[in-house]
Amino acid sequence: MTTAERALPSIGSVCRTRAGVELKEFFRQRESVVFTLMFPVILLLVFGAVLDYDLGSGVSFTQYFMAGVIAAGILGASLQNMAINIATERSDGTLKGLAGTPMPKAAYFVGKVVQVFAVTVAIIVVLLAIGALFYGVDLPSGSDWITFAWVAGLGSAACTLLGIAVSSLARNGRSASATVTPIALVLQFISGVFFQFSQVPTWLQTVAALFPLKWMAQGLRSVFLPDALAAQEPAGSWELGRVALVLGSWCVVGLVLCVRTFRWQDRIDR
Amino acid sequence: MNPVDPDAAISVRGLVKRYGDRNAVDGLDLDIGRGEIFALLGPNGAGKTTTVEVLEGYRERDGGEVRVLGVDPAGGGRRWKAELGIVLQSGAGDSQLTCLELLRAQAAYYPEPRDPAEVLELVGLTEKAGSRGRTLSGGQRRRLDVALGIVGRPRLLFLDEPTTGFDPEARRQFWSLIRSLRDLGTTMLLTTHYLDEAEELADRVGVIAHGRLVEVAVPSELGGRGQAPAVVHWTEDGVRRTAETATPTAFVAELAARFPGEVPDLAVARPTLEDVYLRMIGEPS
Repeated sequence: MTTAERALPSIGSVCRTRAGVELKEFFRQRESVVFTLMFPVILLLVFGAVLDYDLGSGVSFTQYFMAGVIAAGILGASLQNMAINIATERSDGTLKGLAGTPMPKAAYFVGKVVQVFAVTVAIIVVLLAIGALFYGVDLPSGSDWITFAWVAGLGSAACTLLGIAVSSLARNGRSASATVTPIALVLQFISGVFFQFSQVPTWLQTVAALFPLKWMAQGLRSVFLPDALAAQEPAGSWELGRVALVLGSWCVVGLVLCVRTFRWQDRIDR
Repeated sequence: MNPVDPDAAISVRGLVKRYGDRNAVDGLDLDIGRGEIFALLGPNGAGKTTTVEVLEGYRERDGGEVRVLGVDPAGGGRRWKAELGIVLQSGAGDSQLTCLELLRAQAAYYPEPRDPAEVLELVGLTEKAGSRGRTLSGGQRRRLDVALGIVGRPRLLFLDEPTTGFDPEARRQFWSLIRSLRDLGTTMLLTTHYLDEAEELADRVGVIAHGRLVEVAVPSELGGRGQAPAVVHWTEDGVRRTAETATPTAFVAELAARFPGEVPDLAVARPTLEDVYLRMIGEPS
């Protein structure tokens, strides 16, 4: 019985293993890299080249778009990525296989969080670099970085949890993609990613305000735009307190949904 | 019936699993000793996979007592899982990791894993160590599944239809892998559709039908096969002849005396495991 006496590997070491697995799985897969990482980059290149007009106060559209495209990038790296990725792993048996090993279940989620974090940071760095080098976007300064960090972090956390929850609704990765991608696109249109939020019809603004993307984009606009433009926001200010409240609430909702709906195997239909 | 045996590798009494108002498993009893290779046979829908998945801890049961390595699977923790190896019917999904990376990651979950490179050698995938999981052929992928199942040095290995999709040569290689694992003392529960595989590998086979174990025996004795009459075929006066006999040796000697040379088209057959099995599950053979 010497086998039984050996200590199980520590949760920390298994988390490190899972983090390595998740990073390799993401960055080696061309589809996921192109879809998640390059999509916002292409958006920035295209919109930056086409819509190069002045919003007033000497602010270019690209400067405005920077906040939106980063928010869309975070949404892609967290909600879309997790929903599709986990639905795929559930339908192809990867999750079931893991559930049959002594891997601590928390380590699986730690691995996913590390993947989302790495992808998010990569997207933000690439977008900022392109914006600054090719489109003369002014980078945040001083305390704006702190706002940037908490809006991106909180938004990413909320969308990761929602993505994990949404994965349980889909039959497989492809159906998750077919469901989540159009929803994300619609949210991007009504949340002030592709054009100014103030140009969105009021009733659609109300719809958008129910979801996290609008609040991420708004919080990030406070980082990239001069305070003079806060007057153009629906409330006449950046409403950072409300941004934190809404994103925090979505974290709670997402967590509850995850705990209640997460499954390690396909539904047993028989 | 005796109560569950905590010292057996697997001990099951009166297992019931319901789906809706149907009992998929309906009062199943089973004992598998340590070190044994046990093959579970049965048609699709007989309750095979359900039974195995209850034992593996994937499904909750609706009734009965179950001990797997002395532990109730419904409450089996990490330490219990560290003693098991599971090769699922579905196998693992597409992976961007190489075979060696996948095995190293899997090994990291276990307290006393085997060396991943040695495991690749054991399943004959050494050449594919640096190939990504998704680029493997069907047979290679199945061997990778087995490698993932044994890298944790399990005392009990579940193999759910492990050789489906193998060509004959790959199956023979797989069988010798299973024998070498047996020599290392691993207990195995095998489900398969291939009766020759069960006959080749298993110490005992159990036939499951309608959610119950209808018989357990060594392969050569299943269904009274050991005592069944032999069937002798030959051709006489241009007509194909068949006779059943309990004494085939004497019968053939008699035939030999009637023919000047070779008895035309002579063949002596015992009922195959397949014949016996099909009769037991109620299919016309």
